Amino acid sequence: MQWETVIGLEIHAQLATKSKIFSGAATAFGSEPNTQACNVDLGMPGVLPVLNKAAVRMAVTFGVAIDAEIGQRSVFARKNYFYPDLPKGYQISQFELPIVGKGEVEIELDRGVHKPVGVTRAHLEEDAGKSLHEDFHGMTGVDLNRAGTPLLEIVSEPDMRSAKEAVAYAKKIHQIVQYLGICDGNMQEGSFRCDANVSVRPVGGPLGTRAELKNLNSFRFLERAINIEVERQIDLLEAGGKVVQETRLYDADNDETRSMRSKEEANDYRYFPDPDLLPVELDEGLIESIRTSMPELPDAKRARFSADYGLSEYDAEVLTSSKSLADYYEQAAKVAGDAKMAANWVMGEFSGALNKAGLTLEQSPVDADALGGMLLRIVDKTISGKIAKQVFESMWAGEGGADQIIEAKGLKQITDVGAIEAVVDGVLQANPGQVENYRNADEKKRPKMLGFFVGQVMKQSKGKANPQQVNELLLKKLD
Amino acid sequence: MHNKTISELAQGLRAGDFSSVELTQTYLDRVARFNPQLNSYITICEATALQAAALADQQISDGDAPLLTGIPIAHKDIFCTDGVKTSCGSKMLDNFIAPYDAHVVSLFKQAGAVMLGKTNMDEFAMGSSNENSFYGPVHNPWKSGAVPGGSSGGSAAAVAAGLCVAATGTDTGGSIRQPAAFCGITGLKPTYGRVSRYGMIAFASSLDQGGPMARTAEDAAAMLQVMAGFDTRDSTSAEQPVPDYTAGLNDDIAGLRIGVPREYLGGGLDPAIEASIQLALAEYKRLGAELVEISLPNTELGVPTYYVVAPAECSSNLSRFDGVRFGHRCSEPKDLEDLYKRSRGEGFGAEVKRRIMVGTYALSAGYYDAYYLKAQKIRHLISDDFRDAFKQVDVIMGPTAPSTAFGIGEKADDPVTMYLSDIYTIAVNLAGLPGMSIPVQPVDGMPVGLQLIGNYFEEAKLLNVAHRLQQVTDWHSATPAGFE
Repeated sequence: MQWETVIGLEIHAQLATKSKIFSGAATAFGSEPNTQACNVDLGMPGVLPVLNKAAVRMAVTFGVAIDAEIGQRSVFARKNYFYPDLPKGYQISQFELPIVGKGEVEIELDRGVHKPVGVTRAHLEEDAGKSLHEDFHGMTGVDLNRAGTPLLEIVSEPDMRSAKEAVAYAKKIHQIVQYLGICDGNMQEGSFRCDANVSVRPVGGPLGTRAELKNLNSFRFLERAINIEVERQIDLLEAGGKVVQETRLYDADNDETRSMRSKEEANDYRYFPDPDLLPVELDEGLIESIRTSMPELPDAKRARFSADYGLSEYDAEVLTSSKSLADYYEQAAKVAGDAKMAANWVMGEFSGALNKAGLTLEQSPVDADALGGMLLRIVDKTISGKIAKQVFESMWAGEGGADQIIEAKGLKQITDVGAIEAVVDGVLQANPGQVENYRNADEKKRPKMLGFFVGQVMKQSKGKANPQQVNELLLKKLD
Repeated sequence: MHNKTISELAQGLRAGDFSSVELTQTYLDRVARFNPQLNSYITICEATALQAAALADQQISDGDAPLLTGIPIAHKDIFCTDGVKTSCGSKMLDNFIAPYDAHVVSLFKQAGAVMLGKTNMDEFAMGSSNENSFYGPVHNPWKSGAVPGGSSGGSAAAVAAGLCVAATGTDTGGSIRQPAAFCGITGLKPTYGRVSRYGMIAFASSLDQGGPMARTAEDAAAMLQVMAGFDTRDSTSAEQPVPDYTAGLNDDIAGLRIGVPREYLGGGLDPAIEASIQLALAEYKRLGAELVEISLPNTELGVPTYYVVAPAECSSNLSRFDGVRFGHRCSEPKDLEDLYKRSRGEGFGAEVKRRIMVGTYALSAGYYDAYYLKAQKIRHLISDDFRDAFKQVDVIMGPTAPSTAFGIGEKADDPVTMYLSDIYTIAVNLAGLPGMSIPVQPVDGMPVGLQLIGNYFEEAKLLNVAHRLQQVTDWHSATPAGFE
């Protein structure tokens, strides 16, 4: 039988507010357990939530970015269940009236092949704390620092038909929230989390029973978990079995999905409007002000990079894949004054160095101004592109700025005609046989043979002779 | 000293007739003497009260101290008090020392009031008789063996017996007004949102409202003046200016239109109570008011609606009492489920469990529309009844409760009969209106309350109307025998 996969994603993006969604406690990651939990976060008797307006603004910004319906009136609801890291015994979320309604994003499947994916809704909610099961001698520790951290839960339509599409969609949302500056996108720290609803059906048939996959904390795991789950479901169905509706956990170590709880064990969350919070009424003015102050989004930036900097579609896409990379590139290009050269360097040497060192852009030892400054020295012919690689390596190693390194190591390019001519003459005199051969060779073979002389001159000048001048002089003297 | 009003005491303190330390000691002595028989206090704060009194004396001698400076009051044990046990009448919180002050508590601190202690109450404010307290029932000062009403029964009994000058209470379905009626004192439930709920342990969030319980309308005004106001920590508190509640107390009420709902008279109402109500209404006529018969057609839906909404909210509000972070935890839990089941099973009393179960059921998938959603719709109808009535009248009056204080144990096994004792007060909470109870002609020596219902944020008018009656009658100044 021909099977078709159907996937919908629920993405939790942690909003980059300074304080929590319903209290004034800080949201910073990595503090000592329970040091960032105030009475409200601890669910003390008598405390009340107060909505953080910055979180509302960020949610609306996302809604505008995906051209979604914005709920002018949205309501917070309580999702009731017991768990030790859920202090109040309910999570404040949104149920019937979310802040962001139907929207859409476009994903690119192959070069030039685009597909729209529907966003059903996006709603605001608070995060729970963390249960720590290790190091407590048979007990469980609870850290409530994360409790009350604002989340935007973005729910897609079941529009994706493969793990690859799901990953493309997740990456797209990841890119958008980072561009908007509403989420840092850090998947390791859990700032951006995906759950996948996966089902299979005979092509064109009715929707199959879905399983919800959890614990997919990288794009690679997302893809892997979906593929494994699809295989599992198909095997099950083809063997005459039935898929049961359940939550399954992806176990990256064993590369399998495992049942966590079935539908029967699922909670009845008893949602009802939270009486402690008034409905959120958005006035058109706020939505309009967000609309007009919208940052440039990936698609627009890509188009601008192609148009303004003359970059290929591929280069523009790579350089806009994250906002931080795009910002880095633009700054380096601006300082260097050569957009194409900057693109080659950022995508080539620079990205290669990051990869090799296993660093993120933010951790790079060479900032955009420093790289741009070095490229400027290529542009103004102080150094050659080849020497630049050596300078870049030194900069990466923390030996200082480009000018400092060029000076200290005497890497300044030799452009004095007399000086270069002296080296050229020396090389020609030392290799009379080669000169003879060259002169006897036909036109077609000559360029290759010229390389020998260029190489010798560069070697003797320790790479500092201006290659263009060397070429010109050699041609003049050999012909 | 214990029969004086707040303004009389304030004058006495400023004139140097007595100090706050002396006044406080007088009340502490009365508490020590009478509380064992009344059980109106759960916690007595002798040392901190005397410290606060000494500080108040200093402030008064420095001049420019607010009216309540040095006045001994009590807080219902539902308000969190920093460093002081806040039990909410429950075993669940018997070990809970609140780490912060409720907004209301900090306002009284700022106003210089002296807190004598925390008063007894029905567990988590669920009850109409104060029998549902982990700390045992409170006795009505007017008759030992009779209930003081509830849930603010401890505050009502303490005020009536002169064990504090005034007290705070909370009212979700009548919990200030009904005990005020049973104990012969003046109690005011403000408009929903008038007083911050921050630090007031939630029972039913959309209905709960704190308010004053005092001997007179004038004292209630002084208390409300301190309590009322917007609080950024409570999203449901109202950003409305707070008027001067004492300024208009003596305003003439000639021409006042008093609505008397026909649904509030007759029916299950004790005829003797109806006679007391009519007597009070006749006094109002003498003061120049006009009586208008009105109808609140959805009155009988109040109790059933309330007993869906309030339990639904409480079932969620009380989830935080899970034995994990504070409050009662069972010994040696086997696992998480055991921890939850035994901690909650042991920590909560029967009425609280009953309401959590009713509320959980009402919110369950498949029942939500039939119960919770429907109740919310009826709530709108009830509000509409009042809105229409206030087009014709300025205030509404009727009985606070259908009977006088009943005996301890009399209704304890019959929750529905108990629930019906709030029939006249509940609709006011569902609509979010201000309501008040003031003492009128007693029946067989037991106090009777006249309920006054005002339009939104018209507490000043209610206080004025109540005060005018108290100027021409002395029902409010009666003192129970043995507590003179």
